[in-house]
Amino acid sequence: MGEAIAFYFISACILGFALLVITTRDTVHSVLFLVADFLFVAALYVLLGAQFLAAIQILVYAGGIVVLYLFVVMLVNLKRPPEAHSDPHRLTKVGIGMSAAVLLELGAIAAYSSQLPATPIAPGAAMPVTGNTEQVGWLLYTSYLIPFEIASMLLLVAMIGAIVLAKREL
Amino acid sequence: MRIRDWGSGIGVNRQSIRNPQSAIRNTRIMITPTHYMLLSAALFMIGVIGVLVRRNIIIIFMSIELILNAVNINLIAYSAQLQNVIGQVFAVFVIAVAAAEAAVGLGIILALYRNKETINIDEMNLMRW
Repeated sequence: MGEAIAFYFISACILGFALLVITTRDTVHSVLFLVADFLFVAALYVLLGAQFLAAIQILVYAGGIVVLYLFVVMLVNLKRPPEAHSDPHRLTKVGIGMSAAVLLELGAIAAYSSQLPATPIAPGAAMPVTGNTEQVGWLLYTSYLIPFEIASMLLLVAMIGAIVLAKREL
Repeated sequence: MRIRDWGSGIGVNRQSIRNPQSAIRNTRIMITPTHYMLLSAALFMIGVIGVLVRRNIIIIFMSIELILNAVNINLIAYSAQLQNVIGQVFAVFVIAVAAAEAAVGLGIILALYRNKETINIDEMNLMRW
């Protein structure tokens, strides 16, 4: 019962803040709503028993990425609101209709897969450690060591690329 | 890891034959992976609407972050259901890619703004056919 209440409350907050993110006129308010949205997603991760991911979500998303967005909003001088310019060729209703089609499709897949007989639960490989953070770290440094290193290379390349792109002259 | 008992549809049916009242109460209270999938689909749709409808390129990038969050919710919900941590490992990779995407994308926004003095995507039509 408590889990259901928590799930519905957190879901309502996630969807409400996400709607506010894409409907607010002011970009700074939009970024702040994005922070609240990320915090509630982290709460959902805690509800699912993924405490390490919740901490990463708060540190990386709410702490790092959002600060990047705020810096860009400050650097970009918004004298003229971007929505003031209207393009007659822009098809807003078609966009919303296509999004609704995506939702219908995903809902149909969910309804179909929930009618299938439940798959037998595949227990994870026997791990010498217990606890969520220890298990994620153990997997990252044993079975998924090479993807982990590739991800670190990707982050390095992205860092260099962002510096090259944002620098005025090299 | 926490042991979760989400039950299957078959079990609920068998229980409802014996005791309909408790089955109804159970199905109301229980949060299945389908709930998480529907939440994830709704969040994904909000992100898609943001990408398709808004003209402010910063808000479009934030909508992409919402979409990646929806994917992560799915991965972690099924990781909890299957009692397998690999889904959380993939969510870590998704977060790393999202961070890289945000850094490069915001660099592109700054470079574009320096050249065109706008963040409206309708005015960024240099390569439009």
